[in-house]
This record gives sequence, structure tokens and C-alpha cells, in this order.
Amino acid sequence: MIKKTIRISAMLILILVLNLMPHALVAEIKYFDLTNPFLRKIPMAIPVFQGLTSNPVERGQAVAFANALQEMLDFSGYFKMLDRESFLYDPKLSGITRATLNFQNWTAVGAELLITGGVQIEGNSLVAELRLFDTFKSELIIGKRYRGKIEDQRAMVKRYCSEVLLALTGRTGFFDSQFAFVSNGSGHKEIYQCDFDGKNIRQITKYRSITSFPAWSSNGRYLAYTSFVKGPVQIFIRDLKTGVENNVRYKGVQIAPSWVPNRFELSATLSHGGDQEIYLLTGKGKMIKRLTNSRGIDVDSSWSPDGKRVAFVSKRSGMPQIYIKEINTGRVQRLTFEGRYNTQPSWSPRGNMIAYTSMANGEINVFVIDVEGQNPIQLTYNQRDNEAPTWSPDGSLIAFSSTREGKSRIYVMTAFGTDQRRLLSMPGEQFHPKWSPNIPQ
Amino acid sequence: MRKNLWMALALFLILPAMLFSVSCAKKAVESEPAMTPAETPAMQDTTDAENAEKARMEAERLQAEEEERARMAAKMAFTDEDVYFEFDSAALLPMAQDLLSKKAGYVMAMSGVSVTIEGHCDERGTDAYNMALGERRAEAAKAFLINMGVNASQIDTISYGEERPADTGHNEAAWAKNRRAHFVLN
Repeated sequence: MIKKTIRISAMLILILVLNLMPHALVAEIKYFDLTNPFLRKIPMAIPVFQGLTSNPVERGQAVAFANALQEMLDFSGYFKMLDRESFLYDPKLSGITRATLNFQNWTAVGAELLITGGVQIEGNSLVAELRLFDTFKSELIIGKRYRGKIEDQRAMVKRYCSEVLLALTGRTGFFDSQFAFVSNGSGHKEIYQCDFDGKNIRQITKYRSITSFPAWSSNGRYLAYTSFVKGPVQIFIRDLKTGVENNVRYKGVQIAPSWVPNRFELSATLSHGGDQEIYLLTGKGKMIKRLTNSRGIDVDSSWSPDGKRVAFVSKRSGMPQIYIKEINTGRVQRLTFEGRYNTQPSWSPRGNMIAYTSMANGEINVFVIDVEGQNPIQLTYNQRDNEAPTWSPDGSLIAFSSTREGKSRIYVMTAFGTDQRRLLSMPGEQFHPKWSPNIPQ
Repeated sequence: MRKNLWMALALFLILPAMLFSVSCAKKAVESEPAMTPAETPAMQDTTDAENAEKARMEAERLQAEEEERARMAAKMAFTDEDVYFEFDSAALLPMAQDLLSKKAGYVMAMSGVSVTIEGHCDERGTDAYNMALGERRAEAAKAFLINMGVNASQIDTISYGEERPADTGHNEAAWAKNRRAHFVLN
């Protein structure tokens, strides 16, 4: 019933492109230095939106809409949001379209990008017009008009943010993504879910046991996790759409499930054969085959986006290090050579990098390394333990858990380690964030 | 003032009473030799037999108590004494082996008993790896017990990784206590 309503309301959001954007322009515009787009943030101005009619309700909605859009775009780390106090324009005289804007007002305060907006409310329906401009070129980059219910505002903001990032970076971002994570706020470790920005927190499991290691399938429909709810730890696979749950039935320990991209298959460490090895299972928990074969611990698998390679942790060299196995050839190569305790590999959605954690000098820190094993780069420093890195679906951000403020909580940073901030605030401690793919609603 | 008055009154009454009772006891002792000789041996016999029986029962009770205490102590030692490990290791140290030998003796003496060995880790290191390491610790302890002659069907293992520390401190002393195999009687 709820899902139906969501689908209907999503359908109600009609998108009309106000001005056709010449797509060839996208390739020409080099807004970001792709070697590190966060090194120089682009100054952006988002003045308070305007009411399009004389309906007094529109004024409040316009402020909330502009604030929500600014907050959401700011989350990406690409922009430097300019203080509205510094703006030079007269909101009463300025329009929101290209013809009615004086771009010099905006270049003068340092804004290179400008987003204007207008909202219109009739009864319970909300219409929003949003435009992104290049102030120096006095050009419209992308304009959209959305129509929906008032409660669809957040969906409209998300959709426009995706359009903005697509136009500026060539990627749609992460605005339709979710987090699954572990929290012990209820007194037990349970799985929770929230939006990419930490909002809209929902409790997924209520086992009153130890439940951990959430893992999203690449279409966002299935969530796997482990729980002690039936005695020894077992992997559970839940269909989030139907609520149907399967569990993996093999003796021994079951650890850290990880889905194969674009397949209804997942890998996990099992010990039913006497030694801890990584196995490939069907999405219903049935055995397909064994993936590793070495005495000692093999754990923490993470798949390349094409599903052809899997990164994992093995103690085969005497200490935990990260290896990559090519599935077709069976060839295994060691990835990490620096440090004595490297675990928790997480393959980036772009395929070229692997995030992981390394323990040294009494703390755990997040690193990234390219898949050839070159240039390990440390992203967190001197802030106690930083664990369980997970990539945003566009590969621009990394979330992780950290004890930097005492209790373990979830933080987000750019893939270059900048803009580290706490994702959410809730009782208890939080662990194991897992970033979902974009799940269109 | 009033308190002192009461105290004086109490002493006045109690002291003579005490004197009287002492003299009474003396009288009772004195009267014993006055008993008839014929009666005395018979009485003595009964008393001796009764006393012997009482003593025997008392000794038995004490022994049972002692045995129960020993059994409880053995049980307590079995469940309370953890086997400790070094960091990132499931190898059994000499001290761990001595302790496991004692535990093997206990399990073999108790034929019907079934045991769960829990493998635990300290908070350092990462969760999935520690879940695996915890299992290796429990399995190492189990393998040792089986080598000592314990029936494999009597032993189960479970790993809790770093989920259930014995000591919640964040220092080496706490970590050393948490890197353990813990024994539970089912």
C-alpha cells in the first residue's frame, strides 16, 4: 500500500525541460579538476527561492526548498556554498530566469554557479522551477520543472541534485542511495536503514541478538546480514520488497556476506569444510562453489563492479593482507604490501580503486589503493579507529565508522579524504555502514 | 541522666542472677557421681554407639559436602578459567595447554556432559577477521581436548569475535583477558 503510494507520487512528478540544454556543452565545460575535484570547490550561490504566485504559503515553502537543495548539494563536497548575507541583489527586483537575472551581481560575490528557483502551491500540489546557471558565461546549464504533492519536495530536491551533478560531473551522484548500518541503541546490535544524508532512519531487524555485516544487492532489493538470533551466527538474506527471508544453512561460522554486482549471488566466509574459506552462494543461500583455497583465515570479500574479480583478506602470508582473485583464470595476486594488518577491502564503483583499513601504532585508518596495488593513500589520521569504508554509488564519497568522538559513529568524507563529517546522530553506537546503489523510487 | 539510672538498675538485677546461675551449674556437676553404677555402663554404651553413628554420619556428610564442594570447584574452574591467546593468534601457549589438560580430565570424568567452547577476541583488529579468529581459537581448544581423549560429540564451538568482551577496558590488561576461549557447560 505504502509502496503503491510512493510509486504514484513519483509518477506525479512530471519533468519538463524548460530549456533544452545543448548536450555537447557538457563535455566542453570543465568545472572540476578530475584528478581531485574537491581540491578547489566551486563557489555556488543559492538565493532563497521565490513564490510564483501571490499565495502566501509559497514564501515559506520557497525558503525550505532552497535550504534543502543547498544542504543536499553541499553534501557532495563539490561546492563552496556562499553565504546569503553576502549577496548583492535585491530579491524583490531580481527574477529567476536568464533574461531577468543580472549575472554581474553574482560574479561580483564570487559565485561561479547560481541556482534560482520558484515554487507554486495550489491546494496540496507543488510546482517547482529550478535553474542552474554559469554566472561567468551567463548561460543556463540545466533547468527543470517538477510537479507533485507538497510532501514530494524532498524527492524533487533529490532529483534536481542528481541533474546538477550529472550536468557538472557526468555522473548522477548518490541522491537516490541509502545506508544500511548497525546500531546498538536498543541494547542489541540491529540493522538500520537511512537516506544517503543520514535522514529518515528506520530499524530493519528486531532480533534482540547480535546482528551485523549488512550488504546490499546491486539492485538494492536484497539485504544480507549475519545474526546470532538462532544460536550460532548465520547469514540472512531479506527481500526488502516482500519481506521474505532466507538463511544460509551450513555448519560453522558464517561471516561478512558480499553481493556479486548484477547477479543474484553473494560470497561469504563459511567454515563448514573445516577451514574458513570464501564461498559463492546463490541469493537464496545455496552453495555454488568455493572461491578460496588456503589454510587459515580468508574473509571480507568485495567484488569489482564487473563481477570478474574479488578482493579479499587472507592470512596466507602470516598476517592479514588483501588479495585479488580473478574468477575466470583463478589467478590470485596480493594487493597490499605496506603494513602488517590490512583488512576490509571495498571495491570502488568506478572499479579503479579499493578502499581498506590498515592497523598500525594502535589505531585503524582508512586507506585507498589503486587496483594495481600502487600508491596506497591514507585518508584518516590520528583520530582513533576508523573502520569499514564503503563507497557512494558514484564513487565520489566514502563512509566509514570512527571512534574519534569516543563512541563509534558513522562519518562521511570525499574519496580524497577531505570534508570528514558525522553522518547522523542517534543513541548508542553505530558500525558497518554499507552504501546502497541508487535505488530509483 | 535517665540512661545511667536504667543501667544501674539493670546491673543491680542482672549480676545476682548471674551468680545464681553459676552456682546452679556447679550443683549439677556435683550430683553426677551420685548416679548408680549399674546404670552408667549401659547408658555409656548407648551413648557411645549413638555418638559413633552420629560421628560416622557427620563424617559422611562432611565428605559429601567436601565432594560436592570439590565438584563445584572443578565445575567453577572449568567454566571460570579461560584459556588465553596472544594477539592475532590461535596458537595454544604452554599455560593454555596445561589448563586444557585439566579441562580434558574434567570432561572425561563427566561422561554425559556437553560443552560449548566460545572463541573471543579483543577489540583491536576488524570485525569479520576477528569473527574468523575467534572460531580458530575455539577450534584449537576443541582439537586439543579431542587429542586428550575427549569425545568430539561432547564439544561444540561458537565464535563471538569481539562482540562479547570479558573486560570492557581499552588497554592491554583488558585485551589480554578478552583474547580467550571460554567454556560453557550445556
